[in-house]
Amino acid sequence: MDKIPILRMGPFLLVTIQVDLYDRLALNLETDLVNMVHKTGARGVLIDISAVSIVDSFMGRILGNIASMTRVLDAETVVVGMQPAVAITLIELGLSLSGVYTALDVERGMALLQTKIGSDDELIDDDADHTE
Amino acid sequence: MLITLSKDSIAITREQDVVPLRNRVKEVAVKIGMGLVNQTKLITAASELVRNMLRYAGTGNVLIEVVSRGRDTGVRLTFSDKGPGIADINLAMQDGYSTGKSLGLGLPGTKRLVNEFSIQSVVGQGTTVTILKWKNG
Repeated sequence: MDKIPILRMGPFLLVTIQVDLYDRLALNLETDLVNMVHKTGARGVLIDISAVSIVDSFMGRILGNIASMTRVLDAETVVVGMQPAVAITLIELGLSLSGVYTALDVERGMALLQTKIGSDDELIDDDADHTE
Repeated sequence: MLITLSKDSIAITREQDVVPLRNRVKEVAVKIGMGLVNQTKLITAASELVRNMLRYAGTGNVLIEVVSRGRDTGVRLTFSDKGPGIADINLAMQDGYSTGKSLGLGLPGTKRLVNEFSIQSVVGQGTTVTILKWKNG
């Protein structure tokens, strides 16, 4: 059975999709990622799709699902590296990936995740101040 | 007049078949010099239609043709299945409509990605969808 490797990097999980996805593979990735977030307590998930040449409505839905599912487990998902042709096609197809954070490349994606976690921590601090 | 320059057929019997189909369509599109954005649109459209075929009919066949009309060259794909057919094609072509569990973007979204789109369906006999993408379309 094909599997897409998930790497752990500090508080984040990193996934680089290097192969052409078919439905079962994408669904497995969804399940694996959610399980990994639960197991590791990761605060962020970064999915690099720079090697993906097409994203159709199913793949788009999976990306949206992953973002929603990990958010429920207190981890944010950022999709990075989308090819321009893929972006054009996705929007024309009618899929705007609303609810999914995106960034141009891995570096910016990491920075975005850092700020997401950072602002969360500040919020918790603020709350603590108020209750004192 | 539309002239067929080359013809190739791929049987779709399981989910994984979508990968060789995409590759074959890409090969053909690259061969006629189609640009990357149009290639991506065509392959995405093909992917949507194959998914529909697998979901509703289980199996089917895809005909890949290089066609020309006047000075234009393009790729025409014909998806035929012997599935349950579509009762109301107008309804199926509406954005957001789906009898399955999808987003309902499949058919109308696919139509937006290509230059020509036609669909014939007979309930109980099957569905044939034909799409055409011009090289510079």
